[in-house]
Amino acid sequence: MARALINVPASAKRGEVIAIRTLISHPMESGFRHTSTGERIPRDIITGFVARYNGEEIFRVELFPAIAANPFVTFNTVATESGTIEFEWSGDNGFSATERRNITVE
Amino acid sequence: MSNKSPDNKIAGPSRRDMIRLAGLAGLAGSVTPLAMRPAYATAEAMQEAIRKVVGEATVTPGKVKLEIPPLVENGNTVPCEVTVESPMTPTDHVQAIYVFCEKNPQPNAFAARLGPRAGRPAIATRIRLADTQTVIAIAELSDGTFWSDSTDVIITLGACLEDLI
Repeated sequence: MARALINVPASAKRGEVIAIRTLISHPMESGFRHTSTGERIPRDIITGFVARYNGEEIFRVELFPAIAANPFVTFNTVATESGTIEFEWSGDNGFSATERRNITVE
Repeated sequence: MSNKSPDNKIAGPSRRDMIRLAGLAGLAGSVTPLAMRPAYATAEAMQEAIRKVVGEATVTPGKVKLEIPPLVENGNTVPCEVTVESPMTPTDHVQAIYVFCEKNPQPNAFAARLGPRAGRPAIATRIRLADTQTVIAIAELSDGTFWSDSTDVIITLGACLEDLI
């Protein structure tokens, strides 16, 4: 299981725009590098990231090899209601990781 | 230093040769070593990738702000932030944000989809840049228009094309 760091405010006012910062450990091997013997190192990257707020999708991004190792993605969302924000990463070689954070909206 | 550049079908000269050649070119003032660079994506490849996204629509400069430091030492991790001017209402919001790199082996960097629930359209991430180049951010609004911003970035050490030792 890849290690993920997620920063979501624990509480927010209703209607407030909150910033969400996420980082997951992953080498993001681009597939464009070669070993010293000339073999191409196969691509191994995270290709997709989705955030869902109480089940509803709020943000989705498709990632390419041009994303640096340990992909760091920040985005905003409106704090609508208390609940759970779910983060899901998926990638090459069946990579999949899911994290959840709770938020209290007053 | 080996010279196994990816996607380079013709074996290119080694770096040492390049330096010698560059020196010679400097003396003679005629030969340019530019033609012997590894096969990065070209401006045309980037235009093609952009066309795939925008279709026949015109892309107008404005509304989008792409922030990348103008001078970067290490192309392996370059902070990149895109913000778009938009009220983000259900009828007028940003639908998607794309970033393209001119001279990376593949022109796409990321493609994000968002909606009115984003509140404020801003995305930050860290990208890889293989060489000194122009980076373009394009935003797709809910009314079907496309807006862009571009930045020139100078890279001292390029990313991801270095061979492992």
